[in-house]
Amino acid sequence: MINWDKPRLRVTGLKKHYGDRVVIDGVDLEVFPGQIVALIGASGSGKSTLLKCLNLIEEISDGQIFLDDEEISAPGVDEDEIRAKIGLVFQSFNLFSHLSIMDNITLALKHVKGMSKEEATKIAQKWLDRIGLGDRGDSYPDKVSGGQQQRSAIARAVAMDPKVLLLDEVTSALDPELVGEVLDLIRDLKKTGTTILMATHELAFAREVADWVIFLEQGKIYEANEAKEFFANPQQERTKAFLSRMAL
Amino acid sequence: MALDDSSISSAERARRDFKRRKKNKSVGLAMLSTLAFAAFVWFGLLATPGWQRVETSFFNWEVAIEAFPRVFDGLLLNLRVLVAAAFLVLITGLLLAIFRTLKSPVFFPLRVLSRGYVDLFRGLPLIIVLYLVGFGIPGLRLEFLGRVPAEVLGTIALTLTYSAYVSEVFRAGIESVHSSQRLAARSLGLSYSKSMRLVVLPQAVRKVIPPLMNDFVALQKDVGLISVLGAVDAVRGAQIEAAKFANFTPYVVAGLLFVLLAIPTVRLADRISRKYSEREQMGSTL
Ligand SMILES: Nc1ncnc2c1ncn2[C@@H]1O[C@H](COP(=O)(O)OP(=O)(O)OP(=O)(O)O)[C@@H](O)[C@H]1O
Ligand SMILES: [Mg+2]
Repeated sequence: MINWDKPRLRVTGLKKHYGDRVVIDGVDLEVFPGQIVALIGASGSGKSTLLKCLNLIEEISDGQIFLDDEEISAPGVDEDEIRAKIGLVFQSFNLFSHLSIMDNITLALKHVKGMSKEEATKIAQKWLDRIGLGDRGDSYPDKVSGGQQQRSAIARAVAMDPKVLLLDEVTSALDPELVGEVLDLIRDLKKTGTTILMATHELAFAREVADWVIFLEQGKIYEANEAKEFFANPQQERTKAFLSRMAL
Repeated sequence: MALDDSSISSAERARRDFKRRKKNKSVGLAMLSTLAFAAFVWFGLLATPGWQRVETSFFNWEVAIEAFPRVFDGLLLNLRVLVAAAFLVLITGLLLAIFRTLKSPVFFPLRVLSRGYVDLFRGLPLIIVLYLVGFGIPGLRLEFLGRVPAEVLGTIALTLTYSAYVSEVFRAGIESVHSSQRLAARSLGLSYSKSMRLVVLPQAVRKVIPPLMNDFVALQKDVGLISVLGAVDAVRGAQIEAAKFANFTPYVVAGLLFVLLAIPTVRLADRISRKYSEREQMGSTL
């Protein structure tokens, strides 16, 4: 499934600071087409900031980001065009509260990709069916469960057919019984070869689904390895400490 | 309540009886206190030494009927000014609010100017704005304008002042849209202006409808101030009639008309506020 020829996403020497505060401190990483990479680390280690930098929502302080062969951190790139190629889903409050779920999904298809209403609706309906909300397109976000909201938000991102999907702890604001349905959707996306970089604290899920795991601490990558190996044989002291803190 | 009396338990019947008794008691109490209050006010008023004179000079039926047509005609002018001003205020206020939220350095002058504008007109008493516009613009002697009617000058003054208030309302609304909604829009590739137009503004407008309705009610009263510029509106009409009869009743007529005009708006504002605050609360639970 994974295509090892060329990385889909490549990051070199990425730094981000807010004033004097260094939040991302020289990160290098690669994500290959079809690969699922899990980003783990304590709260405040910089996971969300890293994902926002990759999506160009945060301005980076140093380093380079490549999407396929294009340097998206180069001066003068059309950032809106790049963002349309990179899906990003947050922890919560993703869906536009004034639009139905259907309109949430079709909005960017129409206004960014320039699709007709019919085309956009067709794609959106396909995704709604796939996430099991085929008959809920007319509902407003506040009328569906948190799990359904998050699945819709993910559907909205993948409907744009992004080159890479960034997920930022998409289950952490959910009640435990709703987590499973969102994780199922990610498993499902893996089967169809979606390239995903996800920050998560669902370590069991990371071990099961991710191909590669990156451990971030204080804005640095302390350890990265194949998922099975990472959890079975952590090399660094900090990694071991983190894993035992998370009681895995 | 599909249950009829025969199928409910005695415990439930006792509860219902108790509730009914309690309700009857409160209704009775409310009626009694209302009556007592009304009687108190009525007899208190009649007992005042000047009541006779006040009644003839403020609540005179004949004068009211005589004065009504002119006052009512004037009110129609107030209404026209109200509609025009409300429309202009909405547009100007929204534009000012958008200017103030623009981040790019290109818009620095626009941002500063709109800020200065809002500071100025929120501080200036409306009556002063009315005088400045009403007597200042004609004073410029701009030939191509011809003679600008007083109601037009009044509309301009009202628009200047109310745009400042309304732009603050809009700005608060725009800023109250959760930042992740903006981020979500941008992360989908929507440009700044598209995310503003398609996501932020529609949500902001919903939030600002209740406070906007309040400003509208205030504007509804303040249109009466255009009379100071000589526009023959309800207030000015009342003034003319009052002079004719040497009696204050026309002012009471005008006042009542303004209140009648305001009641539907006030009720509507309450209803809308309630509706939106309910939706707001639901929307904020995850
Ligand atoms: N806009 C900002 N200004 C200043 N500091 C910030 C800003 N955003 C984030 N930070 C800081 O950057 C650090 C990393 O934050 P980030 O949200 O990326 O962590 P995280 O790994 O996602 O944590 P969590 O697991 O709690 O989501 C934190 O210490 C945070 O306080
Ligand atoms: Mg985070």
